[in-house]
Amino acid sequence: MSVAVAPARLVDHFEAGLDAPICLTWELTYACNLACVHCLSSSGRRDPRELSTEECKSIIDELQRMQVFYVNIGGGEPTVRRDFWEVLDYATAHDVGVKFSTNGSRITPAIAERLAAADYVDVQISLDGASAEVNDRVRGAGSYATAIRAMERMHASGFRGFKVSVVMTRENVSQLDAFKAIADRFEAQLRITRLRPSGRGADVWAELHPTQQQQGELYQWLLAHGEGVLTGDSLFHLSAYGQSLPGLNLCGAGRVVCLIDPVGDVYACPFAIHDAFLAGNVRAPGGFAKVWRESELFTQLRRPQSPGVCGSCTHYDSCRGGCMAAKFFTGLPLDGPDPECVLGHGEHALAVRHGSTLPRPQADHSRRRPPDRACDEDPVTVFLRVSAPSRAS
Amino acid sequence: MTVTPHAVEAFDLDAAWALAPQVAIRPEPFGALAYHFGTRRLSFLKTPTLRSLVESLAAYPSGRAACLAVGIASEELPQYARSLSVLAGTSMIIRRETP
Repeated sequence: MSVAVAPARLVDHFEAGLDAPICLTWELTYACNLACVHCLSSSGRRDPRELSTEECKSIIDELQRMQVFYVNIGGGEPTVRRDFWEVLDYATAHDVGVKFSTNGSRITPAIAERLAAADYVDVQISLDGASAEVNDRVRGAGSYATAIRAMERMHASGFRGFKVSVVMTRENVSQLDAFKAIADRFEAQLRITRLRPSGRGADVWAELHPTQQQQGELYQWLLAHGEGVLTGDSLFHLSAYGQSLPGLNLCGAGRVVCLIDPVGDVYACPFAIHDAFLAGNVRAPGGFAKVWRESELFTQLRRPQSPGVCGSCTHYDSCRGGCMAAKFFTGLPLDGPDPECVLGHGEHALAVRHGSTLPRPQADHSRRRPPDRACDEDPVTVFLRVSAPSRAS
Repeated sequence: MTVTPHAVEAFDLDAAWALAPQVAIRPEPFGALAYHFGTRRLSFLKTPTLRSLVESLAAYPSGRAACLAVGIASEELPQYARSLSVLAGTSMIIRRETP
């Protein structure tokens, strides 16, 4: 919500960056008990370099000094960290509100009671299908039942208004009403966000991102539901259909938001885990504030950006060229149309893009699972194992 | 939890108002960010004058007196009353019992 007195262009202030982020995403661990096919951070295994409890607390102290009022904590599955509740309590005791994302697997009845009693904490439970069939194809067997059970426990504890967080895919756009019904049933709020080709999402984006027709349906559905459904400002590319959606409608990466990853690396946004968007590390002298205020990358992002070929489009003021990360990981120039441009310019750009190799997401922490069949195994590994001299001899 | 804003009602400028105790203000060049820790709602105060007004409310016997004190001209009163009405509708500012 904004309270307008003078017709100031708030967007201009935001695009030029603020001295501190409005809010930020903080992924506490790369460890996760699920292996969702579209995971934006390619999570699975914990990274041995992850920030210690004391380092987390010192970041919170810094956020308090910078008056960052809230953080979106995620992962990985943040609740698998042994010190998760300690970090959470420390944040809320230091004027940093927390909304954390979870797959729900650790929401026991006792935890739900605790959350219901806590001020300054919000919870977001991920669900990517309104049926087990659709959800579990993306998030893994049993994950639908786990999430619904967590929602039941949250509701029973008296927690009102937690978030049911859905990434929109080709398979679930048709379930929008069903998602809304699930949220309503638990007196929760629906939050829908855009699938990005980030992390493992790069491997499934082409098959899973909504079709052009589904984007139109999604836009109409959002218009009909107004501010009652949250979008995390992630779907502003749809504003080029006409009427702007609620929210800031701009890419805040490195300007008003950013990501701190589990090892303290600061990226422009949670969907941009790649060296091209790495601004620095909180462990360096000067900490997070210095990265935010002085890094070369963020300074550059806060300069006026060229609209490129989109400059001549009458809808540029609505969509602002769309999502930087979506363009980057689909191999499109950053100063051109979004791959999901609702006017179809993205599809054209994808068809004529140059080069055969796409930038790969980095910091892959996916779990290495045993191969399903013997022939899936890397032949070089097999060779080395067979030929390695036995130490027992 | 997000609170749906009530319809913007006529704002009682003659009542006594104050910033809600759970609200924190972060000054910005355009005005300020206002965050309510209880409702977890963020608002943008789009002018420095609106920020001064919101921060001054508690020190004056009425909303009108606070507006005058921060230099709001009488012809600007309706638009600031509208802004205060939105802030009251989302519990960012609250009525004080005593002037």
